[in-house]
Amino acid sequence: MTYLPYALSVWIFVCGLYGIVSSRNLIHITVCVSVCQSATYVLLLAIGYRKHGTAPIFSDMPTRGRTIVDPIVQSLTLTDIVVSVAVAALLLTFALKVFEHHHSLDPGEIAGLKG
Amino acid sequence: MNRRTRIALFALSAAGVGALLLWGLAGLPSFGDYAGPYGDLIANLAPPQRHIANAVTAVVFDYRGFDTMGEELILFGAASAVAMLLRETREHDVADIVDRVRSDATNAISLLAALAVLTVGLDVVAHGLLTPGGGFQGGVVLAAAFLVLFLGVEFHVYNQVAAPTRGEPVEPFGAGGYIGLGLVSLGLGLSFLQNFMGIGTFGRLTSGGSVLLVSFSSGIAVAGGFMVIFNEFLQENMAARYGR
Repeated sequence: MTYLPYALSVWIFVCGLYGIVSSRNLIHITVCVSVCQSATYVLLLAIGYRKHGTAPIFSDMPTRGRTIVDPIVQSLTLTDIVVSVAVAALLLTFALKVFEHHHSLDPGEIAGLKG
Repeated sequence: MNRRTRIALFALSAAGVGALLLWGLAGLPSFGDYAGPYGDLIANLAPPQRHIANAVTAVVFDYRGFDTMGEELILFGAASAVAMLLRETREHDVADIVDRVRSDATNAISLLAALAVLTVGLDVVAHGLLTPGGGFQGGVVLAAAFLVLFLGVEFHVYNQVAAPTRGEPVEPFGAGGYIGLGLVSLGLGLSFLQNFMGIGTFGRLTSGGSVLLVSFSSGIAVAGGFMVIFNEFLQENMAARYGR
């Protein structure tokens, strides 16, 4: 029974959350959001993994009788990565705009972002 | 709320969230023992049924093609939002900034490297149904080729090649192509995005039928989306660096 990879993804996720909560810089928050998203990749790939499984690509191996890892979670991860980059770009744009208006990236100093 | 209370509150709630997540995940099969009925089903079906050797690509562009369209539109929306937000308030034109890398050797090698990266990108897109790769991965590599021009040659050349007027229609073209292929399937009386061409010989570059076209159009859309994002950030950077 091994649950370490699942626990690792929880750990990465909580680390990212800690970064978001304690951050003093909007760019740092964007990176922390990416860290949270990375936790989901680790979880998805860990769920689909099989002992002694090979990649689900059959160009140079027989199509049957092989142990393969789950292709569905891999495809979810793949599209997720591209989308996460797009989201990061959008968040960075917001950070740029906030800096233009308030001349600061610290959420504690920006009146409109005080929580 | 001050920083200390916030972190204390966070520690409390994070412990709760972490415990709940761990509790939930402990119900999963042990790592490496996944039973995965759907994964096995698709991996066993994709090669004989669709003549697609890469089961991951088969899921992305065929079995789950409709969802992938949604994810492409997320990328499209994000890139458009970045462009709208940044361009609206940029005060100066950056078209005449040169920002040359002062080394002829670096320039020449970068030019070759950009061509090499472009070729690799096309290769990754084209072989997406056979080997690891496909529209998403290849599209990112294609967009990176233009960045090599900026890094090793000069901003002006980059701006000429990937100028907004040229780079921007690329993404809608790709995303529109993706949706268009789905509509062609509908028009032929099939399901949305269902393969409407011959599936070819297994293991050949042309196998997979119209799924290959879907992969190509998503490659174009991803490359275009990333070009728009890179372009906006680079222009912003140039306008700030040259104090205009």
